[in-house]
Amino acid sequence: MTSFIEPYAEHAGEWLPLLLEAMGNTALLSISGFALSLAFGLLLAACRNSRWRALQRAVALYVVAVRGVPLLAILFLLYFGLPGIGVTLDAFTAAVLGLALAFAAQVAELFRAGLMAVPAGQREAALSVGFTPYQSFTLIVLPQVVRISLAPLIVTFVSLLKDSSLASLITVDELVLTGRAMATEYFLPLQIYVAVGLCYFLIAWPFSLLSKRLAPRASR
Amino acid sequence: MNPLLSVTGLTKSYGAVEVLKGIDFDVAPGEKIALIGPSGSGKSTCLRCLNFLEKPSAGEVRLDGERIGVRHDRPMNDRQLAPQRAEMGMVFQLFNLWPHLSVTENVAIAARKVRGLPAKEARELALEMLAKVHMTHRADASPLELSGGQQQRVAIARALAQKPKLMLFDEPTSALDPELVHEVLKVMEELALEGRTMIIVTHEIAFARDIADRVLFLDGGRIVEEGPARELILTPREPRTQAFLRQIRH
Repeated sequence: MTSFIEPYAEHAGEWLPLLLEAMGNTALLSISGFALSLAFGLLLAACRNSRWRALQRAVALYVVAVRGVPLLAILFLLYFGLPGIGVTLDAFTAAVLGLALAFAAQVAELFRAGLMAVPAGQREAALSVGFTPYQSFTLIVLPQVVRISLAPLIVTFVSLLKDSSLASLITVDELVLTGRAMATEYFLPLQIYVAVGLCYFLIAWPFSLLSKRLAPRASR
Repeated sequence: MNPLLSVTGLTKSYGAVEVLKGIDFDVAPGEKIALIGPSGSGKSTCLRCLNFLEKPSAGEVRLDGERIGVRHDRPMNDRQLAPQRAEMGMVFQLFNLWPHLSVTENVAIAARKVRGLPAKEARELALEMLAKVHMTHRADASPLELSGGQQQRVAIARALAQKPKLMLFDEPTSALDPELVHEVLKVMEELALEGRTMIIVTHEIAFARDIADRVLFLDGGRIVEEGPARELILTPREPRTQAFLRQIRH
C-alpha cells in the first residue's frame, strides 16, 4: 500500500501543475462543447416544432443519424476527414464541434420532452388572461421547460465531460492525453490514471449532486 | 337592453365531425347562464369557442357589439385576439394554475403584463381578488401545495383580476373530490350575487337550478331546450332533456 501512495508524495510537485492545466483544458473543452450544443440543440428543437415539414424531417433524421454514430467517428471525420475537402480545423476546435454536434441531438430531445411535458392547459390559461403567444411562451411555458430540463441537462453535461476524453485521440491536450504522456515519462501508469480519474470525478461530482438535488423538484 | 354577449350560428367541426351544429343565444348584462348536457354534447367546445381557444368553423360571437376573432372579414391570430380574450375571464376544469409562480403571482402577473399595472398595484389587486375567494391566507404558497378546491378558487381569482366583462366556467367542479365541490360553488354563488355575468358549463344540476337565471340544454351539438333555470330543470318539456335529467338524478 505504501508503494502505491509513495509516488504521489514524491511527484506531487511535478504532477499537480500538469494535471491542473489538463483539468483546465478538459473543463474548457467540455464547457465550450456543451454551450455550443445547448445553442445548437435549441435551434434543432425549434426546427422540430416549426411549421415546415421538410425542416421537421431533416431534424428528426439528424437526431437519428447522430445517435447511431460513435462520437469517436465524428471526431475523426472532423479532424482527419475534413482536410480532404480543404477544411482544416485545429484539434481543439474539431473536438468542441464534434462534442456539440453529437450532444446537440440529445439536448434537442431533452428540450422537446420538456416542451411536451408542459400541459396544453398551461398555454391555454395564459392565452385566456390576454397574453400574446410570445408572452405565453416566455412567461409561462419556457420557465417550466427549463425547470423540467435542468436536471437531465446536467446529467448530459457530465456524460459530455467524460466523453471529452475521446478528444485525446485527435491530439487535444486534455486530461487523458496528458495522463498518457505522464505515464510514459514516469512509468507509473497505475498512480497516474487513478489521478486522472480523480480529476474527472472532481469536476463531475458537484454537478451530479446538483442534478440529484434538482430532480425531485422537477418531477413534481 | 342590448345583450352583452350574442352568439349566432356558431358551428365547429373537427374534420368531418360536426361538434356544434349552429348555436344561437344572447346573454344580458348580469345574467347567469348554465350550459348543461351529456358529455360529448358540445357544451365545453361551445364555451371555448366564445374566447376563441377553439376557433369556430362558422358563426359570430359578439361581446358588447364587438365581433370576436374576426376583423375586416379576416380571422384574427392569437396575438390579435389577446386583448379580446382579456375581456373574458375563464376558469378551467383542471384549474391550470401556473406551478412556477406563487398564488399571488398567478393572480397578479396578467395585471402587470397585459394591463401594465405597476407591481405594487398589481399585488394589491391580487390580494383583493384572493380575499374574494377566501384564499388570502395562502397568498405566498405555491399552487402545488393547495388542494384542488383551493387551486380552483385561486384560478377564479386569477380570472377576476382581469376585470372581465364576462366569466366563463368550464366544468369548474368536475375534477374535484366531492367534499371540495362545495367551497368552489359557494364562491361562484357569491360572484353571482354580485351581479356578474357568468356562463357556466356544469354537471351540478342543483347549483344550476338555484344560481342560474337561464339554462341551455345541449345535445348533439344543438340547443335542444332553453328556459328559466327552475322551470327547465323541474319541468323539462323535451323528451331528451327529461331523459338526461332523470339520469343525472339517479
